[in-house]
This record gives sequence, structure tokens and C-alpha cells, in this order.
Amino acid sequence: MALIKNGTVASDPYTDVADDAVLPAGPVIVSLQRFRAERDGLLARNTPVGVRLAPDQSPEALGGDLDRLPLVVLEFAKFRDGRPLSWARLLRTRLKFTGEIRATGDFLYDQIAFMVRVGFDAFELPASVTPALFQRALGEMTLVYQPSTDGKKTIRELRD
Amino acid sequence: MYRYDEFDARFVAERTEQFRFQVERRLKGELSEDQFKPFRLMNGLYLQLHAYMLRIAVPYGTLSAPQLRMLAHIARKYDRGYGHFTTRQNLQFNWPKLKDVPDILAELATVEMHAIQTSGNCVRNVTSDHFAGADAEEVEDPRPVAELIRQWSSLHPEFSFLGRKFKIAVTASGHDRTALRYHDAGVEIVKNSDGRVGYRIYVGGGMGRTPYLSYVVAEFIEKPDLLAYLEAILRVFNESGRRDNIYKARIKILAHTLGVTAMRDRIEREFAEIKAAGTLEVPEKECARIEAYFAPPAFADLPETALPTGGALGDWVTSNTHPHRVRGYTIVTISLKPIGGVPGDASHEQLDGLAALLDDFSLGELRVSHEQNLVLPHVRIKDLPALHERLTALGLATPNAGLITDLICCPGLDYCDLANARSITIAQEISKRFADGARQHEIGDLKIKISGCVNACGHHHAGHIGILGVDKKGVEYYQLLIGGSAAEDASIGEILGPGFGEHEIADAVERVVDAYLKLRQPGERFLETSRRLGLEPFRTAAYGEQRDGAD
Ligand code: HEM
Ligand code: SF4
Repeated sequence: MALIKNGTVASDPYTDVADDAVLPAGPVIVSLQRFRAERDGLLARNTPVGVRLAPDQSPEALGGDLDRLPLVVLEFAKFRDGRPLSWARLLRTRLKFTGEIRATGDFLYDQIAFMVRVGFDAFELPASVTPALFQRALGEMTLVYQPSTDGKKTIRELRD
Repeated sequence: MYRYDEFDARFVAERTEQFRFQVERRLKGELSEDQFKPFRLMNGLYLQLHAYMLRIAVPYGTLSAPQLRMLAHIARKYDRGYGHFTTRQNLQFNWPKLKDVPDILAELATVEMHAIQTSGNCVRNVTSDHFAGADAEEVEDPRPVAELIRQWSSLHPEFSFLGRKFKIAVTASGHDRTALRYHDAGVEIVKNSDGRVGYRIYVGGGMGRTPYLSYVVAEFIEKPDLLAYLEAILRVFNESGRRDNIYKARIKILAHTLGVTAMRDRIEREFAEIKAAGTLEVPEKECARIEAYFAPPAFADLPETALPTGGALGDWVTSNTHPHRVRGYTIVTISLKPIGGVPGDASHEQLDGLAALLDDFSLGELRVSHEQNLVLPHVRIKDLPALHERLTALGLATPNAGLITDLICCPGLDYCDLANARSITIAQEISKRFADGARQHEIGDLKIKISGCVNACGHHHAGHIGILGVDKKGVEYYQLLIGGSAAEDASIGEILGPGFGEHEIADAVERVVDAYLKLRQPGERFLETSRRLGLEPFRTAAYGEQRDGAD
């Protein structure tokens, strides 16, 4: 599985850790439940910690800890469930999160351009999407009608 | 009407090429049907019982002659010679081939049409009043607002994978012709006490298995804030709408579970934030740019003219015209409900024939109504005899607009893989039963609406008389509902009792109508009589002679 970060294939420094697994050394990704249970210990490790949110978990649940997290992973349980698109937007707007927002799970080629617009900057590509397809997905629609967190000029602004 | 500029045109062209690429991948087997599905739905392509169905948007229901000719051309070249107008200002082609669909979309784009967001769990094609710009009562033309919403909602990055579809209607008239309160969100253009124009916003309407009427969440939203407010509603819906049960996923369930106060608070919180950011504010200049496209056409200064009376022409004028706001003009409804025909179908000859008379008879415009009819919005009263003749030749002069044979009906089991029962055949039978013109006029304003299953595409909840197809151990049965309305006096019809067999339902309808004729007070419509008396007299009438009903 390829990881795309800021538009190019990248290696992944993080280990995604199951709730019942022993924490390995180095950067880890844990679920919100585990983060809550082991918060102090995790933050005291002084290695990067990312938190994985299920589609029904709002990033508002992270509260003030967000400042100390370099990574939030938003999980697409089913591609039909578009809540992570709102969570990413929420992270970038109300919560002013500037770290990495990573997509994982079941998303589709035709969602990628939307995901970039709302604030995702890292993607664990599903098997159906190659890095070449990923690039293509970003170039298909060059114009947008509505503002989003990417700050891209809208058609209305281009008209002025 | 709205004209694409270079940006709108490029947007649609790119979307078409994106679709072409996905179709190629699907045909090569690189995409599974499951992976292809959400994308094709976002582009209006359904898989039906026998074939694909392509649903084309008629934004806010307005069509020009070149667009009509294109639809006729597509019906001829890619389909079986006809199209079907739906209750949401869309046109459906029932037999396109997948490999042809990108070409169909490319051809449509040449006349500024598309199929974007006519399906899928996104903000659907925005609908509006089919008498917009012609109605004497409206506050202002609602179409510029609908166009504004169309642009904002097109490929919205955050709201293209909602829990369920989201339908928005816009009206500006005290007489609602958009079924506003049955929409996920409704925008009513109103004037406040200072004479300022703004928007009353409704949320939480819908049909389907559990029908709800929407309620007012905001009494008055200022013009520049409309998109910010709609975005706020969609945020709340996307974050909190149910995802566990497809039948409870529409915003109607969230809205009516939370209640108006909690719903309003949630929306207001988002609204305040979006408004503060300022990015969605609609500048005066953009409003003016769009409004300019909908400036009234060049009406002539005509003398007061009396409507023609007598004979077939007079009958047609009585039922199929509506007062226009400009002297000497009238609004004409073209019924797509010929006696015994398929409600909403139009052939390529009819589409071409209409295109040929638009410039001469209606200042170049045609409208599509949510009652599966067409409308000529700007007709000179003195042209009515000539127009009637032309429409008669096209088979489009059925004098029944608003009468009992002007039925709404979904495709049902003849096309739809979700159907429990046929609905077209029932519509045809009822239509034949009440074919007599004098009898129809005696019965007056009576709306029958038929759906082939609980999804309610045929609006059965909103029918003065509603008919719902149900499946009973493999046999088609039909339930009767009484007392629904989709107009400004909106209400949800109530089920009368056990279902009727396919050969009994028309009889039952007839008995209910006869009971109304006996029970009504002078000037009372069916809806009013049923509201005054309740279900009981109609139940007695409907079941009186029925032998083998099922429950
Ligand atoms: C034949 C293919 C069609 C299929 C598979 C289909 C499917 C559906 C489904 C599943 C729903 C329920 C959605 C929900 O409750 O969330 C629905 C609702 C609806 N459909 Fe269709 N439909 C079809 C054709 C049509 C046609 C031809 C019309 C117009 C005549 C139409 C108009 C509507 C309307 C107005 C609703 C109700 C919306 C509401 O619940 O507020 N559909 N359709
Ligand atoms: S109401 Fe049911 S049968 Fe009719 S078109 Fe909709 S889904 Fe099909």
C-alpha cells in the first residue's frame, strides 16, 4: 500500500498500532479510545503520536490535545460514508489544525480531489488507486464553484 | 435564461471527460460495478430493471428551443424515441447504452445541459416554480437563487457523500408549486416588514417510507447569507445524520428527532462561523450578474384581452391556462397526461414540435413542472386559438391540467427494480375511467398521485388521493391514501385501510370520488371535503362493495 504525502509517494515513519498490541518504539498511530486511556504515557514518550478517528468520531473530541499531535488519521469505513470530509474541513477551519491529515480505509478514486480540497494531505492509497491514478484524479476538474479549506480561487472569483 | 460563461462551460466539459474516463475503466473491467456506482449516480446514471437510465437535469425547469431539439435528437439517436419528465424537473431516458453515455453528455453540454447530481447522495438538481417570471403573485423571480444554489452545490467537496440525497426547492410565490415542504430544505423568497427581500428557510421535509413536512428554521435570512446558511444546514446533516439505516438517513429524521430548537441551535453555531469567515458571502455583484440573465423578456404592450370560450378550445383554456402578470398574456400548461397514456412521456416528434413553436408562441421559453407537465410561460391571449391548433396536431392539447386525469405516476414495475407493483397501468386505467371532460370539470381540482413502492417517487403521500403499490406474497396490491397536499396547504395523506387488488383499485377510486360529489358543499374541493369530514365517509364508500381485499 502506497502512502502519498503532499502529492508524492513517501515512506511512512508511523506504525499503526492495534488497541491490544504492545507499543513499538518510534512514531505510532493509535485509536481515539487508546489515546484517551493512555494519554499521559503516550505524550510523555516524546515520539510523534497520531490519532486515528473512526467516521463517527468528531475531531472536536481531541480538544486541547490537538496542538500536541502531528497527525490525525481519518478512517473511511465505507466510501459512502462522507463524514471524514467534514472532519477534515473542521480540523482545518474551526480547530486550526496544521499537522498531517491522513486518509485511510475504503475511499475511491473519484473522491480524491474532494479530499484534497477539504484538507487531507496524506493518503494511504487503496488497492484500486495507483500513484499515477492519484495524480490524474487531481487534474480532472480544474475549476471549482465553492470555497473550501484549500483556498483555491472559485469560479466567482475568477470572474471578477 | 442563464447562459454559461467560459467557466461554466469548461466545468461541464471537464466533468464529461472525467465521466468518459470512468466509463472506459468500467468497460475494461478496471472498476467493479460497486466502485463505479457512486460515480455514475453523481452523474445521473441509474441501473434499472432492464437497462441503464440517464436522468438529465432541467435546472429550475427552464428549457430553450435548442435544448428541446437536443433532447429530441438524443431520444432518437440513443434511445427509443421518447423521454420521461419526472416530478423533479428532470428528464429521464430509459434505454441508453453505457458506452454511449459520455457522448450523450458531451452533446448535452453543447446546449448547456448536464446530468450532474440528478442522483446520488449529494445535493440534487435544485427545483423551482414552473411559473417563475410569469406568475402575478411572486415576490421576485426565484430562478437566480436556484442558479446560485446550483453553482454552490455542484461538486461540493464536503457534501458529495452525504448520508442520503438532499433536495432543495426554491419558491417565491404564496401559491407553492414546488412541493416545498416535502423537500430536505426549502427556500421561500419573502419580503420582510421593511420591504427587504430575503429568505425563509425550511428544513426536514421528505416523502419515502416515513413522510414528514419540513418546518421553518429561519424566518428571515438576508440575501448575502443564503449560501452560508445552506452550508451550515449541510454541515449539521453530514456530521449528525444517521448512517446506520438507509430509511432513517434523510435529514427529515434528524430534524424531527432533534426538534426545531436544537436543530436551529446546531445550524446557528455553524452559520455564525461561516459568516465570520466571510468566504461564502454572496456579493451584490454576483447576484446582479445572475439576475440579469433572468430579466423579463420583451413583453409587448397589449390591450386587455378576453380568454376564448366555447368548444374544445374553451375547455382547454379553462383548465390549462393561468393568469399572467403582464396584460394580454397568459400561462399555458401543456398536459403530458393524454387519456390512457403514460404520464410524463414525450416523444421526439413532440419535443421537436414544441421547439418549433416556442419562439412564436412563448418568447422562446418552455418550463417543466413538478407535476410531469410542460408549461409555456408567456403566451399572448390572442394567440391561444392558433396555439391550440398546433398543440392538437402534436397530441399535446389534452384539456385536463389540474383535473383528476392529470395524475402523477412513477415508472413502477415496468421499469424500476425497486418497485412492488405497476403504477403506469393503474394510472392508465384511472385516466380512462374519468376520460369524460364534463365529468372531470364537475369533479374539479383533484390530484391523484401513484407510487409503485414506499420510496414515493410518485408523491402518493401528497396526493389528494394517493395510491401506493405494495407487494403481498407476490401479488400486487394498492393502498389508498386520502387528504395529502404538496401545495402551500401541505399535508400528509392518511392510509384508508387494507389494500385493493389491481382490478379493484380504479373502482375504489371511483367510489371515493362519487362519495365526494355527494358530500361536498358548494365550491368545496376534494381536499377540503376530506379535511372537513375525515376519512370515515370515504372508507365506507371505498370498502362498501369490495369483496376480497387484503390487509
Ligand atoms: C426508475 C428509477 C428510479 C429509482 C430506482 C428511484 C429510486 C428512488 C428511491 C430509492 C427513493 C427514496 C429515497 C429516500 O427516501 O431517501 C426515491 C424517491 C423519490 N424519487 Fe425516485 N426513483 C426512480 C425514478 C423516479 C422518477 C421517474 C421520479 C419522478 C416521477 C422520481 C422522483 C422521486 C421523488 C420525488 C422521490 C421522493 C423524494 C422524497 O422522499 O422526498 N424517481 N426514488
Ligand atoms: S416509487 Fe418505488 S417503484 Fe416507483 S420509481 Fe420510485 S422506487 Fe421505483
